[in-house]
Amino acid sequence: MTSTATTPAKPAGFGLTWLGVAPFFVFAFLFLILPTLYLLVGAFQDPHGNFTLQNFRDLAQDSIVAAYWISIRISAASAFIGAICGFFIAYAVIGGGLPGWLRSFVMTFSGVASNFAGVPLAFAFLATLGRLGLVTILLRDLFGFSLYGAGFNLLTFWGLTLTYLYFQIPLMVLILAPALDGLKKEWREASAILGASTRQYWTMVALPILLPSIIGATLLLFANAFGAIATAYALTGSSLNIVTILLYAQIRGDVLHNPNLGFALALGMVAITSLSNVLYLWLRARSDRWVK
Amino acid sequence: MKRSPLQSWIVMALAALYFLVPLIATFEFSLRLKRGEYSFEAYRIVLSDPRFQNSFLYSTTLAVATIIIGTLLIVPTAYWIQMRLPRLRPVIEFITMLPLVIPSIVIVFGYLHVYHSGSWLPMTSSPLATDTLLTFAYVVLALPYLYRSIDTGLRAIDVRTLTEAAESLGAGWATILFRVILPNLKSAVLSGAFLTFAIVIGEFTIASLLNRPAFGPYLQLVGANRAYEPAALAVIAFLITWACMGLINIVGVVKHRAPADGR
Repeated sequence: MTSTATTPAKPAGFGLTWLGVAPFFVFAFLFLILPTLYLLVGAFQDPHGNFTLQNFRDLAQDSIVAAYWISIRISAASAFIGAICGFFIAYAVIGGGLPGWLRSFVMTFSGVASNFAGVPLAFAFLATLGRLGLVTILLRDLFGFSLYGAGFNLLTFWGLTLTYLYFQIPLMVLILAPALDGLKKEWREASAILGASTRQYWTMVALPILLPSIIGATLLLFANAFGAIATAYALTGSSLNIVTILLYAQIRGDVLHNPNLGFALALGMVAITSLSNVLYLWLRARSDRWVK
Repeated sequence: MKRSPLQSWIVMALAALYFLVPLIATFEFSLRLKRGEYSFEAYRIVLSDPRFQNSFLYSTTLAVATIIIGTLLIVPTAYWIQMRLPRLRPVIEFITMLPLVIPSIVIVFGYLHVYHSGSWLPMTSSPLATDTLLTFAYVVLALPYLYRSIDTGLRAIDVRTLTEAAESLGAGWATILFRVILPNLKSAVLSGAFLTFAIVIGEFTIASLLNRPAFGPYLQLVGANRAYEPAALAVIAFLITWACMGLINIVGVVKHRAPADGR
């Protein structure tokens, strides 16, 4: 490529060139960055506007730590289980010798299910595994097995995790499919020629290549579940105190009795989702070297 | 990878069990309103509820406004980045990814403090102002998907040649953008638009905290007060999502779906 091809056809003035992207930056600043910055600054202030770290010390109270902890556990469990199930499904449709129409069906369904979240998802699981749900009733009538008598409850850690998996697994399938497509047939053949067993191929060739993608996608699933609120809120009301529901209650009615503590609570959430996203981007940059 | 597909079929069967049973159960539950018989009574009640109609219309209007504003914001920006400021691409990509990092409840929390009725820009002081703020919030939520979709579309066409050809025929920048570039991006914009629609139509958190009568808060309200109608609404919501995804397949752009969304 010659240098004339990369320079603009009509060099505009400095100001004019930047004017083209000004609306986007103004919009992003006003409606994305400024509101977040406001919380960031507020988290380091006391109610009178003086600098303080007290808000972060106050986060250590039992109810807040418990809220973070259950959010982290649900997000981690749904991300981890979702990643494993998603991997097997994606591998089954891509490399598992299944007919082609099934692959396109699974991909479309994954697009639908990964977006079928929020309030309607909660309704669906209440109709399935709630006290009057179809599965609960069928288990009782056909097998005489009382699901709730056995200690199951949809409004708990496992209930919510099971519900989140409905959008986590399809999301994993969607993210992982390109990486699995990138596994070259030649690698498999080459390892077979060199005498590798299927197990050796997986542990020494395929998994090392896929691992950054898999871990990266798991982190993304974690952040996805961590910021979710609508499903949990519609499912449990406020009986399961995850951190998004606590923040919702704080925004509605200052349940923490300290607006600045609310800012710190929000900032803590952003810190956790940022961390998992930064790790994801770093891992994706590594995996891109292999999987094109 | 030539193996017996038996294991794959077992995986598929288990997946089908997990993913189809809730759909069947929801549908079955939605028919149970009348004691002792299956009927579509729950659907009739829901569909004839004026609050259903109003909130659905409200959210649809907002979704369309979101798509229009988002497209008008992203297409010129992505075009300009491609043509004149390629070095800004990483910055724009970073900003458009931020809504996936910052949960929407945090964003609306910030709005309520920055744009409250006594602030320099009181965007929560009247219904119309709040509707505008809610629409802007949805544009923010849609940024990752719209930007990726449009950017992929722009890379697939020869923007520079099209621009130079239009310029040599005497076209101004508005003509270039709206009569040359935009028509070439039709499928990219449409697939981003349907995904945006699917996200906006059921959004709960932001609409609820801004106190607007959107479809998401309506769903939540019905869920808290009724038994069988929520199942009917879930079936309807599932069909809407399915329709959006089907339309994306039909407009036919290979989508690299941006990962995750903070719901």
